[in-house]
Amino acid sequence: MLIELGHFALILGFAVAVVQSLVPLVGAHKGWRGWMALAEPAASTQFLLVGFSFVALTWAFVTSDFSVRLVVENSHSAKPLLYKISGVWGNHEGSMLLWLLILALFGACVAWFGTALPAALRARVLAVQGLIGVAFFAFILLTSNPFTRMLVAPFDGQDLNPLLQDPGLAFHPPFLYLGYVGLSTSFSFAVAALIEGRVDAAWARWVRPWTLAAWVFLTVGIALGSWWAYYELGWGGFWFWDPVENASFMPWLIATALLHSAIVTEKREALKSWTVLLAILGFGFSLLGTFLVRSGVITSVHAFATDPARGVFILAILAIFIGGALWLYAARAGRMEAKGVFSLVSRESGLVANNVLLVTAALVVFIGTLWPLFADIALDRVLSVGAPFFNAAFTPFFVALALILPPCGMLAWKRGRMGRALRACAPGLILAVAVMLLAFALQTGRSALGPLGLALGSWLIAGAALDLWARTGAGGWRRLFRLPGADWGKAVGHAGLGVTIIGIAGLLAWQEEDIRVARIGESWPIGGYTVTLDEVREGRGANYVTTMATMRVTREGREVAVLHPEKRVYPVAGMPTTEAGIQSGLFRDLYLVVGDAQDGGGWAVRSHIKPLAFWIWGGAILMALGGLLSLGDRRMRVGAAAKKAPRQPSPVAAE
Amino acid sequence: MTARAGMRGLKKQRRIQVIALAAAALVLATGMIGYAMRDGINYYRAPSEVVADPPAPTELFRIGGMVEDGSLIRGAGETVTFSVTDYGASVEVSYTGILPDLFAEGQGMVGLGRWQDGHFEAQQILAKHDESYMPKEVTESLKAQGYDPARDGGAAKE
Repeated sequence: MLIELGHFALILGFAVAVVQSLVPLVGAHKGWRGWMALAEPAASTQFLLVGFSFVALTWAFVTSDFSVRLVVENSHSAKPLLYKISGVWGNHEGSMLLWLLILALFGACVAWFGTALPAALRARVLAVQGLIGVAFFAFILLTSNPFTRMLVAPFDGQDLNPLLQDPGLAFHPPFLYLGYVGLSTSFSFAVAALIEGRVDAAWARWVRPWTLAAWVFLTVGIALGSWWAYYELGWGGFWFWDPVENASFMPWLIATALLHSAIVTEKREALKSWTVLLAILGFGFSLLGTFLVRSGVITSVHAFATDPARGVFILAILAIFIGGALWLYAARAGRMEAKGVFSLVSRESGLVANNVLLVTAALVVFIGTLWPLFADIALDRVLSVGAPFFNAAFTPFFVALALILPPCGMLAWKRGRMGRALRACAPGLILAVAVMLLAFALQTGRSALGPLGLALGSWLIAGAALDLWARTGAGGWRRLFRLPGADWGKAVGHAGLGVTIIGIAGLLAWQEEDIRVARIGESWPIGGYTVTLDEVREGRGANYVTTMATMRVTREGREVAVLHPEKRVYPVAGMPTTEAGIQSGLFRDLYLVVGDAQDGGGWAVRSHIKPLAFWIWGGAILMALGGLLSLGDRRMRVGAAAKKAPRQPSPVAAE
Repeated sequence: MTARAGMRGLKKQRRIQVIALAAAALVLATGMIGYAMRDGINYYRAPSEVVADPPAPTELFRIGGMVEDGSLIRGAGETVTFSVTDYGASVEVSYTGILPDLFAEGQGMVGLGRWQDGHFEAQQILAKHDESYMPKEVTESLKAQGYDPARDGGAAKE
């Protein structure tokens, strides 16, 4: 019964979304207040209806209602509760419902927190948001209905893919979708501004918190996915340049560019049409990502049960929304004349350089990701683009970005002096060189990658600290903690990038690997440590059988860790998984994997030393934290910002 | 008046500089993409193509097909060997390391590696998250040999 109600709520929501997308748009055009005002209750109602529908599906999973096809295929009564719940979005239909729920949530948030927005702009934003909703309601109802019943209900389910039974992956999709779909709000704002034909500082001040929120979620989502791949897939890689990973990385790059260009639009009323274009592209890449994952056009390690019909549907949504928005952009962008002028050496120019580098990097990833598709269609060759391509073509842009970041971030608005900014950064440069020399001296006969990456990361971290210190002026320490959240956010976010760069460079340059057959009691050395295989025994877990090894790691006779890598078999799904034994440390991870039993006795074992692995995700967390600090800034508080709502550019920007 | 004209001129100048910068970045990106593609692209070859026309031992390429029943030797040291077939020809594959969890006989696989002395030396074996997933290329190459995985059984499910 609840299932049918959930399905019914979804259909009702579809109808509400249709109303939400049409009535306020007409109202805004004609200037009818009543019609415009309909947008808010419609957005709230739409959210409540999708919310009910989502709760109904979740309830079916929690109570293991095996009359629902989706529950049968993706759940099992013996599964822990957390994974019953995460099973809701561990499949195509349920994850699309989550997508829609988040879309409606962002729409409702604009309605709830946007009371200070100009009425016409708010009506148009909500109408566009409603229109996106219409497309995805139709997609779910027509191609991916999660509420289909079974003709005959089986006794038990077919389990969730055991690789996905993991806390990292339970929360990876919701965060990723919050990021993907959050960009829809920036898109709606952009399209609404194009319809109105006006972009001003107030508009940018509205767009930035939404983009920032989406960016924070996207950052966390990508980091969670990467962390999961690291510890769960069993070979300790953290990024594979897989099409689906790229699909989440491209919107991230564009959203990062958008964050920075929106600052210029807000503070200096320049780069307006560029900011609007980025807002359109950001959501465009989100939709492209959804298309790549769901259609299966490109071979990837991520496989939803793919279906060409669904792919075509999403491609149509992508074409209509992005094509429509770009057409509107072509027609209207000319109206957005910049007000602020800036000198060649200025913060604005620095941010332009940031945008050019980020967007070019996104373009490189885009071409590398879609090249196999292009080659298949146009050149009739089946091929894949591997990590060496991305490492060679993508990395230089990010290195350039990191190099220019500290001085450009300290340039004054409008007209700056490069010499002064460079002098302010000099201590950072000294530190970076010192770190590089130290790393070079400590390592023996290996590539320059490690020391250079460490130097680059230190340069960023020191640059962020120096920037923050320069902001305090004569106020010193006392002033430091009273600086606005945006200043702290900027410093912490940029330092986070430095930390991640250090982690990636350190791990790639100094990781060590050992593959061998070991008998019980055998010891072998790796990177200064000694690993001993003590014991291997069979056991049973909640819904799996396990082969668990006990491995002892010592260094100079002292015990460092006792780890228990496992091989599990989940009988219901008939799937084995590898659980690596990992001891995480600040400066290195120990990473042990047990493989097959050997005919002559003994076990295949793999041991890795992963230096600085923790820094990769630590940096990502810092970046997200930086975003949160910025969001907490008083000036970012949407109500306060809109009350001021200057139609004129502020005479001299405070910073 | 002149100040406004000067401002407009400055804006135009700035716009030209931004476009020039973007163009330079694009040219640079195109150059780097072209350069990186020389090493970064791996062609896909079905086992019968490999047997008919063996690639150079320096070329890194991908091979895909079904793991032949009874060919997988797992417990004999660090190196695992098995045969991969598209039902037209079969190729011996060796791989040093621990196979992905979902690797099994009678399943589709894709490997990345080089052709060395009459066998395929894999550097990487692709793992799938889902046991019922069949790489698209493998489905294609099986169909080219007159074997439809969807009809004749096997692991494909679309």
